[in-house]
Parts: sequence; C-alpha cells; structure tokens
Amino acid sequence: MGAYIIRRLAWTPILLLIVALITFLLGTYGPGDPVEILQGQYNNPEVVERIREQRGLDRNVFVQYGVYVKNVLQGDLGESFKYRDRTVAELIGKRIWVSAQLGLAASIISLALGIPLGLYTAMKQGTWIDVTTVSITLFFMSLPVFITAPVLLLTFGLWMGILPIQGWGGFFDTRVVMPALVLGIPGVAVMTRLTRASTLDVLSQDYVRTARAKGLGEFLVRRRHILRNSLIPVFTVVGLSLATLVEGSFITEAYFGIPGIGSLAIESFFSRDYPIITALVLIIAAAFVVANLIVDIGYRFLDPRIRY
Amino acid sequence: MEARGARSGSLWTQALRRLLRKKIAVACIVVIAVMYLAGIFTIFRSPTPYGFNDQNIRAEAVKQGPSLSHPFGTDRLGRDLLTRVIYGLRTTVIITIAAMLTGSLFLGIGLGLISGYFGRWADSIIMRVGEVFLAFPGLLLVILIAATVKPRVKDWVEGWAPSLESFTGIDIIQLGIVDYVVIFGALAAFSWVGMARLVRGQVLYVKQSQYVEAAIAMGASTPRILVSHVLPNIISPVIVVVSIGMGATAGSEIILSWLGIGIQPPTPSLGVMIFENGNISVLRTDPHLILFPVLTITVLIFAFNLLGDALNDALNPRTR
Repeated sequence: MGAYIIRRLAWTPILLLIVALITFLLGTYGPGDPVEILQGQYNNPEVVERIREQRGLDRNVFVQYGVYVKNVLQGDLGESFKYRDRTVAELIGKRIWVSAQLGLAASIISLALGIPLGLYTAMKQGTWIDVTTVSITLFFMSLPVFITAPVLLLTFGLWMGILPIQGWGGFFDTRVVMPALVLGIPGVAVMTRLTRASTLDVLSQDYVRTARAKGLGEFLVRRRHILRNSLIPVFTVVGLSLATLVEGSFITEAYFGIPGIGSLAIESFFSRDYPIITALVLIIAAAFVVANLIVDIGYRFLDPRIRY
Repeated sequence: MEARGARSGSLWTQALRRLLRKKIAVACIVVIAVMYLAGIFTIFRSPTPYGFNDQNIRAEAVKQGPSLSHPFGTDRLGRDLLTRVIYGLRTTVIITIAAMLTGSLFLGIGLGLISGYFGRWADSIIMRVGEVFLAFPGLLLVILIAATVKPRVKDWVEGWAPSLESFTGIDIIQLGIVDYVVIFGALAAFSWVGMARLVRGQVLYVKQSQYVEAAIAMGASTPRILVSHVLPNIISPVIVVVSIGMGATAGSEIILSWLGIGIQPPTPSLGVMIFENGNISVLRTDPHLILFPVLTITVLIFAFNLLGDALNDALNPRTR
C-alpha cells in the first residue's frame, strides 16, 4: 500500500510538468502575436521589440518554460496580456471562487437527488417505478448542457417566469438555481444509475443474507451493510465528475452570464491571452490530478479489501 | 466463448436476433439510419427544393414559424431551416464517423491491444501517455489546439491547394476540408484513451484463457492470435462504448462549433445554429430557430445512448 501511494505521489508532479509544457508550447507557437494584439493596430516595431524583451518573449522557448515553472511554484502565474497591470493569479482567483460555488451547488443537486433515487429504485427492482426511472435517467444523461440551458431558460425563465434569467449573486441567491440545475441534471442521472447498479450488486452479496439471517433489523441491514458498501463506487465517480462540471461550466456560464473561470477561458481564448489560458489549463489539470489521487487513496480507506 | 450446439446460428447472429427483438433498439437504429442517410444524401444532392444558402431577405420571408413549405421555419436570412438542419447533420455524420474510425477504432483498439498483449514497456508508455491526455481538461485543450494548430494547417494547405485545384478542379479550401480535419483530429486525439484502457483490461483477461494458450502452443503467429482469437472475444464491450461514444462525439462537435472554432459559416452546422441563436432575445422572439436544431441533436444522442444500452443487454453474456 505504501509503495503504491509513493509511486502515485512521485508521478503526479511529473505529470503536471508535462501538462504545463504542452500547454506552454501550444500557447507560444499559437497564431497571432500576443504583443502585437496588446499594441492594437498602432504597433510600433521598436516598442514591440522592447515589450518582447521585457517579458522575456525573445528567449529560447525552453528557457521561457523554465522561468514560467519557477514562477508558478512561487505563486506567480504571470501577467495578463490584455488586462494590463493585473496578475493572472488576481484575475483567476476571484472567478475560481464563483465557479467553485456553482460547481458545489450542482454537485449537491446531483448527489442529493441521485443517491436516494438510485437506492430507492434498486429496492424496487423490476417494478414499473424502476423501469421508468431507468429510462428517464438515460434520457437526461444524453442531454448535453447546451440543450438543457436554453430549454430551462425558455420554460422557467421566459414562459413561466418563476426564476431569474441571468447574473450571479453568490451561493445563496436565487440566480444560482437555474445554472446549477443545468450543470447538475446529467449528474443526477449518472448518480442514480450508478447507485442503483452498485446497490443491486451489494443486495445479492452473502454478507447481506447473513445479516438478515442473524436477525438484524431491516434498518440496520440497509444502513450498515448495504448503504456503506454500495456507496464506494459512487465515491470514485464524484472525483471524475469534476471533469464534467468544468466542461459544462464553459457553456453554462456563458448562457447565464456568470463571471466564473468558464467565461474567463472563452474570453481569453478570443483575445489570445495565453498566460490566462495556460494558467487555467494548469490549474484545472492540477485539480483533476489531485482529485483522482485523493479518490484512489481514499478508496482504500473506505474499502480495506482493495489491494493494489 | 463456448460452442452453443443447441441453438442455430453463430454467436453474432444470435446477438443480432436478440437485438432485433427489442422494439426500442430497432427504433433507435431506424432513427440513426434516417439521420445519417439524410446527412450522406446531401453529398450528392439536396433532398429539399432549397439550397443551404438560398437567401430570401424580404421581411415576410425571414424568421417564419413552421409552415407547410418550410416545416422547420426560416432563419434570419430567410433560409429554409430544415435544409440547414439536414446539411448540419452532414457535418455531424462526417465528424463522428471520422473521429470514431481513427480515434476509437484505430488508435484505441490498436494501442489497447499492444498495451494489453505485449505488456512491459509498451504498456507503461501507452498508459502513461494516456494519463497525460486524461489529466487535461479535454475541452479546454481541444479549444487551444483548434485555435493554435488550425491556422498553421490552413497556411500549409494553402501552399499546395492551388496546384491541386488546377490539376483536379477541386478547391479544397472552399469545401472547408481544413475545418473538418482539424476538428476531427482534435476529437480523435482525446477519444482513444478510454477505448485503449477498456481494450487493455479485456485483453489482460482474455490473454490468460486456454484457447489463447492453445493457439500459442500450436505456433500461431502473434497477429493471427490477436486478430482471430483475442479481438472477437473482446469486441462486445467495444461495440457498446462506440455507440455511446458516437453520441458524445456529436455533442463535442456541437460545442466546438458553438465556440466558433469548428465549422465556419455559411457551411451549416448544428452547433453554429445553436450558437447563433443561443441568446435570450432570440429565445424570446423566435424560439423555433434554436428548438429544431436542439431537438434534432437531442434525438440523435438519445438514440445512440439507448442503442448502447440495448446492445449491452444483447451482447453481455451475463444478462441473457
């Protein structure tokens, strides 16, 4: 167990360095000279050259990369090309907080609806409740965010007029409801199906039969023997669902006008603001890698039977 | 798998029969076939009396609601929306098939087989590279690739395209082929990892079986073992994943076009249609402009997912 964790911990920084290198190279060799964009149409070759020198853009790419990595380790993510005199860390910091709140709200929706629904349908296996729920969740799973966003906007925002359409007011504002629903709906479907499948698996295990045979009350059997074991696979998917949340946030944030990292990414993409894109890719990749590391290691504490 | 003497037909005809017995699966196949054939048909000629860029910008012709002559209505340039949706499907068809063939089937299965069967350093390298791909926020990286690599590919193609045009009369830049190639390339680059992991796991399991051992003992060559002993036994989960993956790829193409880095107008793409009309003011005044493209793609993705589910039931030996 120790060896596995050490191997994973040693590989993680290497992985992040490779990720940073690839993004950095793509950004550097991308089209459109960022310094010329910075200057607008009145660019003066001399000034361009000076800015290039100031920012170290005239040096060898690998030297630039080395400098970048060193700065990142010191918490300096560089300066935005577009918003002058504002550091990338400053720009991203506030927006990550917004996106994190939105992601949290969406996760709460998926877990709070998905897990109970999955447990319930597993208990009712084979009945019409089970069959209907399974087909409905499959339908919701196939709905991409770019479909649910306009449809929800139309029905709840414009036709029924019960929810506000756009903007952001923090976690405890009604404006969070619709984007969180849009992001959370596919998650509800995934969680329901997963919980149902793993519960069905657990229900047929010997230890459940033993627990019932020794006369344990149904509540204790369900809580201690069924619930605990059926939630282990669900736990792993919570880590993976981070990826879906991030991808969904690009479109959701654009539709609902939320100032999070998704809309920042698109904005910087159009203005070729590479320091921001590189930093975003790096931060999100680091979040993925760390989340999966935690899940993989945490898994073994939840289920001591797992050996690598 | 073991021989089944009692029932007639091979394992595959039996699986096909089980699949065709399900009404939902047949319905899905019909829906997918109709949409794909409609998309493919446009390559030869338009199935409707309109061209995809036939504009009619008189006030009474633009933004019409659905009617008999224009079943899906018309857009803000008075173009028939049904025609544009069908041409948009062509884009979806080309991209999904190309990305599936190259990414999932060629790269995914190939690398998965190598990784699982040969193990050792080949396995380590392939799996580590896969981990690097998985660590990226996929969509963000595809955006970055499409934004940075596409203009370079375009420059390069523009270098030799005129000589090709004078030779064959085909103007490949006008056809927008560069857009297609970059988008499907970026999508394929990310779709192989999941498939390779799945195939690898299956191969590791099959490799220990007695029939593979027997084939090795009889002196069969490695390609022969892989193609005629290993591959047929791992193909069922692959088919299921391909079906679900086609739906996901169709969705990704839409997102890329939605962001304005996929297929460029006036070539119709469902993503561009959803993108252009995906704002509050259009939703308020002309919801049909976005509802029909959205409905089309939803039905397609749902059909792929349902079919995947049905295929899983039909092919999985445990659920028979």
